[in-house]
Amino acid sequence: MRRFEAGAVIDGFELVEKLPSGGMASLWRATNPRYDFSLVLKIPFLDPGADVSVILGFEVEELILKRLSGPHVPRFAASGSLAQVPYIAMEFVVGKGLADIVGSAPLPMDEVARIGIEMATALAALHRQKVVHLDLKPENVILTKRGAVLLDFGLARHAELPDLLGAESSVPMGTAAYISPEQVLGERSDPASDLFALGCILYQLATGEEPFGRPATLAGMKRRLYHAPRLPRGINDAIPRWLEAIILKCMEVDRSQRYVEAAHILSDLRSPDQVVVARRKPRNEGVWGAITSLFRKTDDRSLVSRPSSTRTQAGPSIVLAAVDLANGGDALAGEVLNETARVLASREDSWLACVTVLKTEIIGETPATDETGRSVYLKRLVALKDWAYPLHMPEDRISYHVLEAVSPADAILTYAEHNDVGHIVVGARASSAIRRHLGSVSTKVVAQALCSVSVVRLKAVEEQGRRPL
Amino acid sequence: MRIAILSDIHANREAFDAVMEAVHERGSPDELVLLGDMVGYGPDPIYVIEKAAHLMADGALCIMGNHDEAVALNLGNMTETARFAVQWTRERITPAHLDFLARLPLSLQSEDRLYVHASAERPGKWPYIRDLDAAERCLSASDARFVFCGHTHIPAIYYALPGRRPVHFQPHDNVAAPLSEMRRHLVIAGAIGQPRDGNPAACFVLVDTQRQEVTMVRVPYDHEETARKIHAAGLPGWLGMRLKIGR
Repeated sequence: MRRFEAGAVIDGFELVEKLPSGGMASLWRATNPRYDFSLVLKIPFLDPGADVSVILGFEVEELILKRLSGPHVPRFAASGSLAQVPYIAMEFVVGKGLADIVGSAPLPMDEVARIGIEMATALAALHRQKVVHLDLKPENVILTKRGAVLLDFGLARHAELPDLLGAESSVPMGTAAYISPEQVLGERSDPASDLFALGCILYQLATGEEPFGRPATLAGMKRRLYHAPRLPRGINDAIPRWLEAIILKCMEVDRSQRYVEAAHILSDLRSPDQVVVARRKPRNEGVWGAITSLFRKTDDRSLVSRPSSTRTQAGPSIVLAAVDLANGGDALAGEVLNETARVLASREDSWLACVTVLKTEIIGETPATDETGRSVYLKRLVALKDWAYPLHMPEDRISYHVLEAVSPADAILTYAEHNDVGHIVVGARASSAIRRHLGSVSTKVVAQALCSVSVVRLKAVEEQGRRPL
Repeated sequence: MRIAILSDIHANREAFDAVMEAVHERGSPDELVLLGDMVGYGPDPIYVIEKAAHLMADGALCIMGNHDEAVALNLGNMTETARFAVQWTRERITPAHLDFLARLPLSLQSEDRLYVHASAERPGKWPYIRDLDAAERCLSASDARFVFCGHTHIPAIYYALPGRRPVHFQPHDNVAAPLSEMRRHLVIAGAIGQPRDGNPAACFVLVDTQRQEVTMVRVPYDHEETARKIHAAGLPGWLGMRLKIGR
């Protein structure tokens, strides 16, 4: 095993400065004129007799990192073969480590929510690329100007690649403080495992305590299947109920009760007023509860329920229905509702964001601030809820948004992008001269949306403008 | 270097033609391998044998499968349907075709790659690699970095580290699977002429040694036409039916 000094050159990468690192690899700041970004080299410790997990972790990280892209992961530069000098060269991410921030927890609540939004955005981007991180912890998160960046993919899993780690070992892999119950049972394929870890991190940021401590044994880690952590508001009563509800929903042992997608967490964190705060029944409270649970022998696997991935592939996680209610609920609004119901039917747990736009004439005008404006806004909100009522959606899956904007199309597009919407349903009015001249809302939404769009139009009853032959 | 591997063509002209077209659409490969079982089951043995002979003359590697052997040597140690197809084939091809099949080698090595129809372990006994034990036996019978087999008609990749159990992976259709620098690999090719993994599209293997990737490429073809010919030729109807369902 070669030891490296500053100034050594590997495949054109000059080692500059050794950085603090864990037990699996050394980290070096490096330079290479071929790359226009700052670099770090990760060189695994492959001494003879090194644990095979070091090799596997290196293989896995190399396989996965080079397939990832976007602002929420370090850019991959190059890698060296295991046969010669193994290394992974990647972008040196400049920002504030979440590990440094977590030391000053509990944080102000708006700060907790802001970090939650950044992490949920990063996880949504990662999961879209078919990768589950499986070792999410403060040490692996850097907060930067471009958002949260996730590091260290040595335990990660790509849905379309062989799981070299999981096939070799059934021992749970992860970090004791944040590992999900299903990972404790050896499962390594569910994006919901990352959402559990996110819940643990938010818990810690909001309360200053780790929800499960750091158990050193398998039995210790398994405790989280049976024993819920203390309620966050029991530790810090500054935590709003909605934030506690989000944290606890991330940390549900039963995956059918947990968030299924990072986009749903994002959506809840962005609209706290729409989070459903359920009355929680404490689990197995008191002596009698402890005794009865002793005799209720349950299978560990049944507690964590089935993987979420079977559901997530069926359809979009969030559907945005954009409806024009300026003229009340007309025939087109009814047809938008029908189409929305069809899109929602593809997946039993998709969420619906109902959006309608109150047009303002100039930028900066906020009609909701004065008395009449407020009543216009409320009237529209009531109309929106009335429009969606026939869908009979449970309240934790539906949200209502009256957006005030000069351009309805821009408002719809911005909302869709910020909330990671998977499908937009929008109505289109029949063609008219003025609409052809100005361009319609639906045309712009179709042209610029980052997701699928259904455009709903009323079928013309009579054929118009067609000359007799 | 790019290598295209075609296994288990089974006298299926439509599938063979569609796959060769797909191979050339991706740019001519540096190595073309026919991995055995040219004949048996399908209605076009002459077409497939003659096309294989042309490809060999142009440098393709070609090895023997158990159906090729059974037709060449008039063997009957197979299922009833397979035996029927062997006899049917023998009645239609010429001695020159038989001679071509009889001369095929059981295995071929090219650089660090071993090509063998069933398994590197006792190739002439035609064992099936359907589990880790069989994969382990195959890998320990060879020292090649890559072993390519067919025979099961179900795509698979086994990744092996020295002294450890191989890891099984079911590759996704048309998605490149990685090849590792430090591992040995056993790649089981899907079938051209009679897929049995539930997908009726023909399957060939594309290896890219620079990118260190292997892909199971799926090529849809007109299996209705092949089934029609199977029926018209008086071959068992099940042989046409299974092409439609890919089982």
